[in-house]
Amino acid sequence: MADLTINTKLVRDILTGFINTEIKRSGYSRAVINLSGGVDSAVACVLAVEALGSENVLALRLPYKTSSPDSLEHAQLLIDQLKISSKTISISGMVDPLIEAFPNMSNTRRGNIMARMRMIVGYDQSEDFHGLVIGTGNKTEILLGYTTIYGDSACALNPIGDLYKTQVRQLAGELDIPSVIIDKPPSADLWEGQTDEGELGFTYEKVDQLLYLLVDQRYSPSECVAEGFEESFVKKVTSRIQRFQFKRSLPPIAKISSRTIGSDFLYFRDWGT
Amino acid sequence: MSIKIALAQINTVLGDLQKNLTRHLELAAEAESNKAGIVVFPELSLTGYSLQDIVPDVAIKPSIDDPLFAKLLQASKGIDLMIGFVEKDARHRYFISAGYLSGGEIVHIHRKVYLASYGIFDEKRFLAAGDSFRAFDTKFGRFGMLICEDFWHISSPYLLWLDGADYFLLQSSSPGRGVTDKQIGSADWVENINRSYAGLFTSFFAHANRVGFEDGLTFWGGATLYDPDGKLITKGPYYEEALTYAQIEPAKLRRTRIRLPLLRDERPDITLRELERMRKHG
Repeated sequence: MADLTINTKLVRDILTGFINTEIKRSGYSRAVINLSGGVDSAVACVLAVEALGSENVLALRLPYKTSSPDSLEHAQLLIDQLKISSKTISISGMVDPLIEAFPNMSNTRRGNIMARMRMIVGYDQSEDFHGLVIGTGNKTEILLGYTTIYGDSACALNPIGDLYKTQVRQLAGELDIPSVIIDKPPSADLWEGQTDEGELGFTYEKVDQLLYLLVDQRYSPSECVAEGFEESFVKKVTSRIQRFQFKRSLPPIAKISSRTIGSDFLYFRDWGT
Repeated sequence: MSIKIALAQINTVLGDLQKNLTRHLELAAEAESNKAGIVVFPELSLTGYSLQDIVPDVAIKPSIDDPLFAKLLQASKGIDLMIGFVEKDARHRYFISAGYLSGGEIVHIHRKVYLASYGIFDEKRFLAAGDSFRAFDTKFGRFGMLICEDFWHISSPYLLWLDGADYFLLQSSSPGRGVTDKQIGSADWVENINRSYAGLFTSFFAHANRVGFEDGLTFWGGATLYDPDGKLITKGPYYEEALTYAQIEPAKLRRTRIRLPLLRDERPDITLRELERMRKHG
């Protein structure tokens, strides 16, 4: 078994420093977070409050009519615990006209529309709140492409994107997040009864072990099989990593000129700050 | 005579020479007022690390004629400075350089030889490599300077040691990575080699690493000074700006080298002969 244990105290310090610095150097002091009721957004939210102060964080609860009441309730638990301001905005009235225009729309399409509507509401609220949108995607889902491009993956900065799901849970333990949030089955809650692990077909515990060997430790797929992972599972995961690279990249720009944005016009975002 | 050294683990503004210069002058003045003889800044302390296409815009020809460099030379009349900057030559090549300034003069410039170009690093794409390791004399003794990836190659401190360096000043912009259940992997690695070098070369090893963030990179600080026994004399905090002071006791060189005469017994002639044999026979 690979050891994915992290020094949670150290990671907490690094990530609060990261949030504080990256928001302030952009000329802001506030942040907006979509609180889903799950552990990822809970962790990002606690870190943001530590980095910026409770008065500088706005939590959004953005339910759709089929969303689980537990999601709302768990988000509220955290809002009350952190004493941060929040807004609850139903996205049903925004999403339904589009869904109803196309009868028999697939769950995937409906889910993507909801994720992107939450992005629109989040960015709109961030303008009103004069803050930046904090992302809540973890390393497992980013690598597996288990995100909606320009939906839940859209953000100004992401403090937890280099932590596997099981490491986010470790960090949650350090951050005094209610155990009901840490222990429940992860779900995008885009339709009733949906769970991440049900949809992906494997558990986070298992896939994090494999991803850690493949990505962090640079094991070859055949070495992972030799470590005891089923070949079909290794293939499924490696093909997902490759297939969803587009979700992790900016759109390619066709090169015409002698200097092209993205290929030879190269600056860090933090240029000048 | 004891030497008080100040290790300046600063944050930088990416590509803003003036703001970084101001920080250097503030900390040099602070270190001077605290009676330090030397202040060591991190790699690329005048520019920030992740420069990419900014490189030509922040490059300096180090001389009294450069208004920015002139201010540093002025400051060096009160305290010796080791700084990090992008150096340009007359033919438009750009180097990652370390400068040692003292008494208003440039005492030595070291151009980074080993440019890190793998993983998160991409230095070779934007910068030219130096081609020498030279020790140099200061009012405190004979020094050697190395920049980050330079000291991952064991031949670099070895050559400086044979060239007479007793005091090694190392500067880095080392991003934190490989966090485990214990500490930052990259801090662990750097501290291990600094401690090992101090013991193996029976010399003083000072290291200043920057702090702050550049996009997702997180620089960990943690300045250190090890003595010729490999003993940790001082350590700066992780991830915070700090000016960390330590006393260098040159007498320790004598005591350690009597106990452990590695320098006396070193056989560079064998090294050279064997290297020449390998070169000749492939």
